[in-house]
Amino acid sequence: MTDRAAPTPSAPTPSDPRLPPRTRRRPLIKLLFGDLVSAALTVLAALAIVMLLPALNWALLDAHWHVAAPGDCRHGGACWAFVAAKSRLILFGLYPPSEQWRAMIVIALIVAMILASLSPRLRGGRLIAIWGGAIVAMLVLMGGGVLGLPPVPTSKWGGLPVTLLLAVLSLGLAFPLAVLLALGRRGRLPLARAISVTIIELVRGLPLVGLLFVAAILLPLLLPPDWTVDKLGRTLAALTIFAAAYLAEVLRGGLQGLDGGQQEAAEALGIPYWKTVWHIILPQAIQNVIPPLTNTAIVMVKNTSLVLIVGVFDMLSAARSAATDPAWPAPSTEAYLFVALIYFVICFGISVYSAHLETGVKSRRHG
Amino acid sequence: MSPAIAIRELDKVYGEFHALRGVDLEVSERERVVICGPSGSGKSTLIRCINQLERHDGGAIVVGGVALGDDLRNLDAVRRETGMVFQHFNLFPHLTVLENCALPQILSRGARRATAEEKAQGYLARVRITEQAGKYPGQLSGGQQQRVAIARALCMEPRIMLFDEPTSALDPEMISEVLDVMVDLAEAGMTMVVVTHEMGFARKVADRVVYMEAGRIVETAPPDRFFSAPRDDRTRRFLSKILKGS
Ligand SMILES: Nc1ncnc2c1ncn2[C@@H]1O[C@H](COP(=O)(O)OP(=O)(O)OP(=O)(O)O)[C@@H](O)[C@H]1O
Ligand SMILES: [Mg+2]
Repeated sequence: MTDRAAPTPSAPTPSDPRLPPRTRRRPLIKLLFGDLVSAALTVLAALAIVMLLPALNWALLDAHWHVAAPGDCRHGGACWAFVAAKSRLILFGLYPPSEQWRAMIVIALIVAMILASLSPRLRGGRLIAIWGGAIVAMLVLMGGGVLGLPPVPTSKWGGLPVTLLLAVLSLGLAFPLAVLLALGRRGRLPLARAISVTIIELVRGLPLVGLLFVAAILLPLLLPPDWTVDKLGRTLAALTIFAAAYLAEVLRGGLQGLDGGQQEAAEALGIPYWKTVWHIILPQAIQNVIPPLTNTAIVMVKNTSLVLIVGVFDMLSAARSAATDPAWPAPSTEAYLFVALIYFVICFGISVYSAHLETGVKSRRHG
Repeated sequence: MSPAIAIRELDKVYGEFHALRGVDLEVSERERVVICGPSGSGKSTLIRCINQLERHDGGAIVVGGVALGDDLRNLDAVRRETGMVFQHFNLFPHLTVLENCALPQILSRGARRATAEEKAQGYLARVRITEQAGKYPGQLSGGQQQRVAIARALCMEPRIMLFDEPTSALDPEMISEVLDVMVDLAEAGMTMVVVTHEMGFARKVADRVVYMEAGRIVETAPPDRFFSAPRDDRTRRFLSKILKGS
């Protein structure tokens, strides 16, 4: 703490009159200006704070929280009243307002499922079965047409449920594909290896936007006209294959980190191949690559926003169309900030979840 | 009684390299055979051919009356007959000690979880691991891990146990705790094929000692004669090298 050699091993008592001011002041100065790097960082941070002050002013002090008419937002700060007025459109898109409760339940279900997945008691097959059931329930709720729910075509789906469903479904469907691709690429069968390598390299070599165009626009032109697959479904297929290629490479890294003795031990114990993959190989491969898996999941959540290019009404498209309402004076910044906040919450949540998983793995590896 | 293992004219080739050349070996029911030999002589290859972790390229292997060839059903049968213990334990690090012993029974025999765990507890007690059943392998010492690996193999109730240098990855002070478990197993009448350089174990437990070199069996003898009056020069040279240390 202090640079004076203490005469006794016991710590100086707080009653020592000379010590408190020295210990309190010097470390702070040292922390801020102790060396060249800290001094530079301190100055930069101070500058940044000063420069951000007007933005804070805009976002908080001068902001309009409630307005009588849209025009009142014309002057001064942020128009949060706009976000409040348009939140329905941004969150649910063109979904019929009378049926909106269904979309809300879908969001609640997804959040509940994600929280349920945190429990260490729900792992493996059980968890996947519950997710499968929940997804079916969500699709039924959104689409209707059964159980007395009025049907809502997917062209009317929009906003946050579409973003969340695209993210969860594309990652969920991509995962088993990725496992097959990764195993195929590492396996001994030349045909499986060739197919895996071709798919992975082809898909990774294409931009996602290109894949989305092929799926949403080109495919209907190429396929016979009575083969109509819904546009949302085709978009989901493109996202899935894209995610699968990246996940496969991440998983392959995890498989490479695994020692061959694991497979041999399972073989010697007479455990069938696919059970070995499911119970022995995959859990370890996944544990090896939690950080890059998280990364891919976060990238895929944000990639779903690209579907606006092919006219799927996700949350970002909904925000964009909300911002074009001529009654409000150009509130697009506020709309995008609102959407950004939601994306941040989702992606940060994924990060926290993965950190939680990693600490679990670490505690098991070393006593 | 037909032998537990009958091997005739066994050949194994890795590319150009002949790892086994015409190996003949017969192991009777309840017999304990120790295999030794210099590094690269084909000891692991031989023992791994017995449970078909390696497919052989020539000759015949019959384990428990089942002839091993291309038939996949026979592969299942031989895995049922044999348990294997590896040099590096190869425990499943993501499973607890108890799960390491219980899950294979569930996955390969369709055992019920309760039965599997009960059996696992029983064999863990037999290898003197009881306190650590809830721990993960990474939290145990090498000797404890190898004893868990033995229990895991025993849980499948094999009639033959194969050991590939079970103590050579262990710190010296942990070797005896693993060997003690193996001696117990031998005394209980298990048929055992053990690749090891622990000559004390061979003296005490083995019915026969097999010396291998360059993919061939050079000499086979009961331990007293093997150690006191080896017939082949190569065996003598090997023994003088290996016994100098101990
Ligand atoms: N998968 C493989 N591919 C190519 N060569 C191999 C393979 N496995 C073993 N060999 C070779 O076969 C020979 C016999 O190997 P093996 O592992 O059976 O020897 P070992 O007697 O067990 O030796 P050690 O005491 O070092 O374990 C060695 O020369 C080894 O290099
Ligand atoms: Mg070996």
